[in-house]
Amino acid sequence: MSVSENHFENLPKKSVSVIDTIKKIVQKQVFIPLAALLVLILFNLIADPSFFKISLDKSSSGDPVLSGYLITILDNASELAILAIGMTLVTSASGGQDISVGATVAIAGSVVLKVLCGSQSRPDQMQAPIIVAFLICLVVSMLFGAFNGMVVSFFKIQPMVATLILFTAGRSIAAWINNNELPVISDPKFGYYGNFIPGIPVPTPIFIAAICMIIIALVLKFTNLRLYSQAVGINPSSSRLNGINPQLVKFLTFVILGACVAVAGFIKVSRLSTINYSVVAKDIEMDVILAVALGGNQLSGGKFSMTSSILGAYVIQFLTTTLFKFKVSSSAIAAYKAVVVIVLVVLSAPIVREKMVQMKKKGTAAKVGKAKKEVA
Amino acid sequence: MENNAVLEMRGICKYFPGVRALENVDFTLREGEIHALMGENGAGKSTLIKVLTGVYSKDGGDIRLAGVPVHIRSPQDAQNMGISTVYQEITLCPNLTVAENMYIGRTKGPLTNWKKMNTDAAKLLDSLSIPAKATQQLGSCSIAVQQMVAIARAVDSDCKVLILDEPTSSLDEQEVKKLFSLMLSLKEKGVGIIFVTHFLEQVYEVCDRITVLRDGKLVGEYIIEDLPRVQLVSKMLGKEFDDMAEIKSEEDAAHIEYDGIPVYEAEKLTGTTGIAPFDFEIHKGEVNGFTGLLGSGRSECVRAIFGADRVAGGTVKVNGKKVKINKPLDAMKNGISYLPEDRKRDGIVGDLSVRDNIILALQVMKGFFRPFSRSQAEAFADEYIKLLSIKTASSDTPIKSLSGGNQQKVILARWLLANPVYLILDEPTRGIDIGTKVEIQKLVLKLAAEGKSVTFISSELDEMIRTCSRLVVMRDGKVVGELKGSDLNQNTIMATIAGGES
Repeated sequence: MSVSENHFENLPKKSVSVIDTIKKIVQKQVFIPLAALLVLILFNLIADPSFFKISLDKSSSGDPVLSGYLITILDNASELAILAIGMTLVTSASGGQDISVGATVAIAGSVVLKVLCGSQSRPDQMQAPIIVAFLICLVVSMLFGAFNGMVVSFFKIQPMVATLILFTAGRSIAAWINNNELPVISDPKFGYYGNFIPGIPVPTPIFIAAICMIIIALVLKFTNLRLYSQAVGINPSSSRLNGINPQLVKFLTFVILGACVAVAGFIKVSRLSTINYSVVAKDIEMDVILAVALGGNQLSGGKFSMTSSILGAYVIQFLTTTLFKFKVSSSAIAAYKAVVVIVLVVLSAPIVREKMVQMKKKGTAAKVGKAKKEVA
Repeated sequence: MENNAVLEMRGICKYFPGVRALENVDFTLREGEIHALMGENGAGKSTLIKVLTGVYSKDGGDIRLAGVPVHIRSPQDAQNMGISTVYQEITLCPNLTVAENMYIGRTKGPLTNWKKMNTDAAKLLDSLSIPAKATQQLGSCSIAVQQMVAIARAVDSDCKVLILDEPTSSLDEQEVKKLFSLMLSLKEKGVGIIFVTHFLEQVYEVCDRITVLRDGKLVGEYIIEDLPRVQLVSKMLGKEFDDMAEIKSEEDAAHIEYDGIPVYEAEKLTGTTGIAPFDFEIHKGEVNGFTGLLGSGRSECVRAIFGADRVAGGTVKVNGKKVKINKPLDAMKNGISYLPEDRKRDGIVGDLSVRDNIILALQVMKGFFRPFSRSQAEAFADEYIKLLSIKTASSDTPIKSLSGGNQQKVILARWLLANPVYLILDEPTRGIDIGTKVEIQKLVLKLAAEGKSVTFISSELDEMIRTCSRLVVMRDGKVVGELKGSDLNQNTIMATIAGGES
């Protein structure tokens, strides 16, 4: 920033750039999840370097597959990252969060299985092409997103309350779609999307997540989605007077989240080729909201950084996998996670970061006396 | 050190990234005086006050209260030391009652005696003759009454130093008078009052002393009798003042073709906000104004023109063609721009950068699927930052960190960029320093000379007379008169506003 330079005009050129670069990095929003990721990596590096080993194995059917903790993290974080995309937009425009994503993921998965199974519960062959199943699931999920969006934007109900409806009812709806049966798809082709495509050693969800990220990057680049949702989130009244329809924008973000839910639900059922209504994507909404918060985005809406949210999702998965690796029992994982999360969130709070920047400055610029004072 | 000084500030410094907001500023307030703090936007008045009230921590200098050095860490601290403030923007909670607002944060212990609080509040409101009930929700009061409640709150705490930061900008004349008599009685009691305002008249009406700031530096402290108005203005601006009255040329109304098709024409237009159906038209190159007392419906009229509130009926023609304007976007597409009255609530998008705020309207008109490239947006922003000389560290700075006048310029830039044929400016000069005011008035006339039509609303009559060639006068939601030419003088306007035969 050219701005900060004039405070340091009496400093030697080199230290200017060092302080400036540190300041710049620390002030970037993406710094928080990146720093968290670094800490986790360092911790694993010290505790057990084998954590980072990636090996090329053979799967049971003889195809080459990559395995290792890093692959697991990238693989398992896919749904989280995809959902974080939609949640970031919803948060930005509506200043609230959708807590029904876990339940609607169950619905999405249930719809996919219903279409593929038809009237039977364990067919030998799929009753419809997978793409059709996916598209129907996409439409249904977007409709549920639209429902949430309508309650929030047109009836002006707080997002958390509005989505409480589907949070409560979603899993029942999912079970009801399949008459409370547990359909199983035996065709291995269906499993490709949640596991591996034969011959490709990288798990498919990683590709799907990457595609979603590319799509949202393009959308943000070639539309005004960012400007609109930020403006609406910050000041709906002034947005309206500038010709934006705040209700419509909020509604849209929920529909986009619905699309993300469809993709996540599709991956989830493809992983197992079946579904467990009460367990699938359980508590994922909290992880998704955490990812958004961890990315340094204000949960009260407004400005957002998509990259930071997505990184946040990977940090959370990294943490979960690390805990699993150290044999923390699955019932205790939540408690460990909570501790780490509270540390991360406190560290990322603006007030703490400001202090950190100041302390750093005191360290680096002790000799500069006066100039330091000017900046502080 | 002076014996009777209640407050001394010496060598105060405050820096923000890229801006030296205050540099080595001295300020002395004596017992029982009303001391005006003057300066243009961004001169550092608000910053100085925020330092004094503990909102900002100072980067240098000393503060003494009655000779004792103090360190003010928070607004609560300041209040405990007897420094009370009423800010320019209302900082109370609209969803609490009037009484709660007056006593919030000031009750001792965890329990509140609601009954006592309400009676105390009612008594105080009564003694200041503020037309509000103690149990009424604050948000349901007019802005003026809210402001007075804020003052009541400040007055009620045992204060030695009372800071009034632009308290009069949303009050009408009657209310200002009431406030002044209140200030004078507080002065008798020995309270030192710091009065920040842009209204020169008011300074000369009540103040004893003036301290002038410019660009974050102290220009000087003067006794009011020693500083004639013209000199004060030139000290604030830092240059010889060119006569404001000269900005409107004599024959400027001549180029308007009143016989042609109006740029905008409304018939029996009515909204849902309590205004009677009204007819209105404006021609190419014309500057007209809506005037009337606060709450007379002048803002509601222009909001109806822009489609800002729900339009209930009436026909609208733009350039002779019938159009439907039901929402702001319709108006924008027909070349109408509207700078709203309440800058904070309806104008700025606080966290967004100056650049995004400038391009917002044009971007929305261009469409959701056609965003401007970064370089294009930057070019627009830089052009208008230069054109209106907006003081900002960069076009990336969030608009909320700019001073009020500069925020207003950004909003103005937004609507100029939209290149309207008809520009509505609702109180564009409120809470803005005199230099910028003149700039804006000049700009309005320049736009008109270029063939744009402008509706200009201001609470200051002389400002309207200087800029407008036609005035629509309103009373109680109805259009009660239209004044032109030689009728455009204070007396006729006042008479029309007040009623009687017109």
